[in-house]
Amino acid sequence: MKILQSPAVRIGLSISIATGLYGVSFGALSVTSGLDFWQTMALSLLLFSGGSQFAFIGVVAGGGSGVAAMGAATLLGMRNGIYGMQINALLQPRGWRKFAAAQLTIDESTATSTGQTDPDEQKRGFWTAGIGVFVLWNLFTALGAMAGGALGDPKQWGLDGAAVAAFLGLLWPRLKGREPVAIAVVCALATVLAVPFVPPGVPILVAAVVAAGIGWFSHGRSDEGLEPDVDPYAENHVHHHHDPAGDHRGDRTGDDA
Amino acid sequence: MNLWMWLLLSCLLAYAWKLLGYLVPASLLRNPRMSRIAGTMTIGLLASLTVVNAVASGQSLILDARLGALAAAGIALWFRAPFLVVVITGAATAAGLRLLGWD
Repeated sequence: MKILQSPAVRIGLSISIATGLYGVSFGALSVTSGLDFWQTMALSLLLFSGGSQFAFIGVVAGGGSGVAAMGAATLLGMRNGIYGMQINALLQPRGWRKFAAAQLTIDESTATSTGQTDPDEQKRGFWTAGIGVFVLWNLFTALGAMAGGALGDPKQWGLDGAAVAAFLGLLWPRLKGREPVAIAVVCALATVLAVPFVPPGVPILVAAVVAAGIGWFSHGRSDEGLEPDVDPYAENHVHHHHDPAGDHRGDRTGDDA
Repeated sequence: MNLWMWLLLSCLLAYAWKLLGYLVPASLLRNPRMSRIAGTMTIGLLASLTVVNAVASGQSLILDARLGALAAAGIALWFRAPFLVVVITGAATAAGLRLLGWD
């Protein structure tokens, strides 16, 4: 098999390494937020969606309740449902594969797959990135959780600053153009205004309601905000996000070397 | 034990979102409003989580070393640093500012 000659497989592998590596930061931050080793691993193995995992531990670290942490993580996971529809249309997995594909449906596997035009490449890209990220993300989560547990006072190491940086890093690739920046600013303001008046964790849900309202009442790109944390095709297609129609990344060709 | 319950429920709901995409008829995919809300909500939630982790402490707003971490992370991202470098920059800045006495 000349499997490594497939561009989708190679992109899938490199995205797996890039994404898997930052599982270290999730693992370390999670145990310093107050979760134990197995709670941290449960999030990476079962929840398996970086943004939602960081959201869950972020709310817990801020003193929020379990139900608020669940709310933030769940609302952030909605986009995976949209990705699921896209992958289902492209790959049409049958039987048990459908259930396995569902668990592997995240930003990176979807972006790797939809960036290809050939159906076989789309399939290879999805499974390579999905399985690759899953394995490495969990491996590095475990590593980070063990390292984080040995650190002592998290503040002394600036781990609360690391969490801030992680969220900004997750937000950044989605801020392409004026509109997403405006949405981010409005939601940030709504959060700051809500903090003194509601219990910890709830301001995040207030921002979610504001963001949903913006999405419902305004008209713009239908794939706004649906960019992967690590864009597999960033170097080849820098400006593809500004197509007015926003046809679900169909503009990506991914025919790279 | 209580946290375990919410944690496992979060995992279940996360999988439910993912699976839902595979089970609903494809015609729903052509409803741009749903995918737009998923997108604007992703931006809003991440912006909110950034701010909460930067300035909130319980129910009060506090300006401390975390604000320095936010600025440093922004600069790192501006120069296209990879995610892991951004996170380390944030940690190093917060730790460094505390060493200098700015909590």
